[in-house]
Amino acid sequence: MSSAATPSTESSTDNLSLVEAVRDGLYTEMSTDERVVVLGEDVGKNGGVFRATDGLYEEFGAGRVVDTPLAESGIVGSAIGLSLSGMRPVAEMQFMGFIYPAFDQIVSHASRLRSRSKGKYSVPMVIRAPYGGGIRAPEHHSESKEAFFAHEPGLKVVCPSTPYDAKGLLIASIRDPDPVIFLEPKLIYRAFREDVPMESYEVPLADAAIRREGSDVTVYTWGAMTRPSLIAADNVAEEYGVDVEVVDLRTLSPLDVETIVDSFQKTGRAVIVHEAPKTAGLGAEVATTIQENAVLYQEAPIERVAGFDTPMPLHALEDYYLPQAVRIQDQILETADF
Amino acid sequence: MSAQKEAERSVNSDPTTITDDPIQILDEDGNVLPNAEVPDLSEGQLLSMYEDIKLARKFDQRAISLQRQGRVATYAPMTGQEGTQVATSYALDDCDWLFPTYREHAAKYVHGMSLESLLQPLRGYRDGYAIPDDVNVMPEYIPIATQLPQAMGMAWGHKKQGRTDEAVLCHFGDGATSEGDFHEGLNFAGVFDVPAVFVCNNNQWAISVPRERQTASETIAQKARAYGLEGVRVDGLDPLAMYEVTREALRKAKNPTDDERRPTLIEAVQYRYGAHTTADDPSVYREEDEAEPWRQKDPLDRLQHYLETEGILDEEREAEIDDRIETQLGDAVDAAENASADPDEIFEHVYDEMPDRLREQRDELNALREKYGDDAFSEVLE
Ligand SMILES: Cc1ncc(C[n+]2csc(CCOP(=O)(O)OP(=O)(O)O)c2C)c(N)n1
Ligand SMILES: [Mg+2]
Repeated sequence: MSSAATPSTESSTDNLSLVEAVRDGLYTEMSTDERVVVLGEDVGKNGGVFRATDGLYEEFGAGRVVDTPLAESGIVGSAIGLSLSGMRPVAEMQFMGFIYPAFDQIVSHASRLRSRSKGKYSVPMVIRAPYGGGIRAPEHHSESKEAFFAHEPGLKVVCPSTPYDAKGLLIASIRDPDPVIFLEPKLIYRAFREDVPMESYEVPLADAAIRREGSDVTVYTWGAMTRPSLIAADNVAEEYGVDVEVVDLRTLSPLDVETIVDSFQKTGRAVIVHEAPKTAGLGAEVATTIQENAVLYQEAPIERVAGFDTPMPLHALEDYYLPQAVRIQDQILETADF
Repeated sequence: MSAQKEAERSVNSDPTTITDDPIQILDEDGNVLPNAEVPDLSEGQLLSMYEDIKLARKFDQRAISLQRQGRVATYAPMTGQEGTQVATSYALDDCDWLFPTYREHAAKYVHGMSLESLLQPLRGYRDGYAIPDDVNVMPEYIPIATQLPQAMGMAWGHKKQGRTDEAVLCHFGDGATSEGDFHEGLNFAGVFDVPAVFVCNNNQWAISVPRERQTASETIAQKARAYGLEGVRVDGLDPLAMYEVTREALRKAKNPTDDERRPTLIEAVQYRYGAHTTADDPSVYREEDEAEPWRQKDPLDRLQHYLETEGILDEEREAEIDDRIETQLGDAVDAAENASADPDEIFEHVYDEMPDRLREQRDELNALREKYGDDAFSEVLE
């Protein structure tokens, strides 16, 4: 368990947005580890459709920053092969909604080569994908389907909510001996900046972060939903004196059970916020984990504020679909009053 | 080679005939090539084809400018590709089906969709995907190449039900040829010999990846051979050639001779004049002047030249066309901008019958809207 990540103060820092921090994480690892290669659609000369690989092609060349043909199964399958050959591939899926052609490679092989081979073979690969809604994108460009991957044993699933974490979690993911699905909340790619150390550092893939300490209700969330959760927490503190703790899971699989349970033992009340559809979403796993470990502390039903059980609507209606501070706030008050 | 000759050539014992040199009817200036035969289209049809290509170009300009003003979201331009889009849809009969991508705005319009409906998804409304009953167009396919096996399947269903007069025409890009679904769709089409026409809009780019790095094959048409299909390369900036080749492919799909197989892969050789979408900046990855040789072969200019030479088009008619286009575009934009959507729509049509759980979610949302007002939902999420 750890508390809120505090940016390192010793060496020099850069003031970066989340997407710039992703780029910086790639740059840092590529500079020190020759085995690291980036591959995907439009990651080379174009620098990625969100500029997450901006300048890497110029810096490291076409051999290490590779524009592939348009084929996700080909990208992930070949990245598995690259891993098996001793390299450290970082594959980009242009949007999470376009990861599905690669699903078979991910769930039938990347996740299981280690167990299938009794530890002989492993797949130290990262699959990065811009994730989530809220940017007025066309259909299929707003998916948040982390649960598909959290459901698959053998995969790690990571989702940063700050620039500092984006860099540190990405570096930890690249160095991790197991395959990592690295989900980048594109709604906050450029929403704010913070000081990020220029040097290399890791944010461990095992720790949730407490973004706000509180004693009445715990909100569990991740990625882009961290911000409306914090806004809601501030609002209810100011207007109703309800003291909310906000836990940012950061690594969605495996879960940091200790931090989740510790916080609940303190508050006895939980609201889980995610933008993915409610049914069989990761919120259900968090709720059950709390129940299994801390039922005697429970003061109120554990509730979820989530996307609805519908496809993501086209953008004219997406603000109704995504959990807004107002929905989160309403649920916090109901849970606090129970 | 003329389209006529090509038509003759396709009637041979090898169903996998591949043409390498793009078929043309008009030369680069819009003159009919010496041995070419102009398709059997009336003056009225030729004029309206020209008008639709011009409308497509103006629509493109309008949509791009609306996007710049923040009145529509991301838009995928089609300038340079309108000739193929319009001509292929002219070749369709009303009962034929169209599977478009996010770029085939003009193909959809010509096959029966309103201009307004093309703008609605760009403004975030699903109405544009609710296709009228008498229009045989599927909503646009965004996940690349996924439409190929589906188009094949619909054609297969038509064949199984003895309705081979309802052919299916499926669009996709050069990038799409790298996806597994492209290969699976064409392979099935060959194995089950279905009445389908696959049109690859080879615009030389898949966002920033040029055609040469998409595939090591010399042409896309040649990939047809691997699946036992005919592959035809056409000058996609020549609307008359595109019309003729598509018409012949549809004829073959519906009524093959004994030695013909129904499906065809058409490679329409084109160029994406503009950005991939309004969110893309091509200056990062390609030279501006690369477009010049293609612009020399512009489909609108060529057809205009041809029609003027034939005495079908004059200044007066051109002016009438321009007036009509302006009015149509203005009306479409007004209509699209007047659209609105009710949050209840989020929950509709997910299933035939709304499950109770979904009904509850809808009611919860509406209770919150009542309590806090709609403005509370439009706070900036970031
Ligand atoms: C499965 C999938 N992967 C990635 C994307 C993102 N994407 C959208 S368009 C495009 C390029 C498509 O190129 P091409 O097939 O040549 O069609 P064009 O856009 O040139 O018409 C990409 C990579 C997508 N829509 N679907
Ligand atoms: Mg293309």
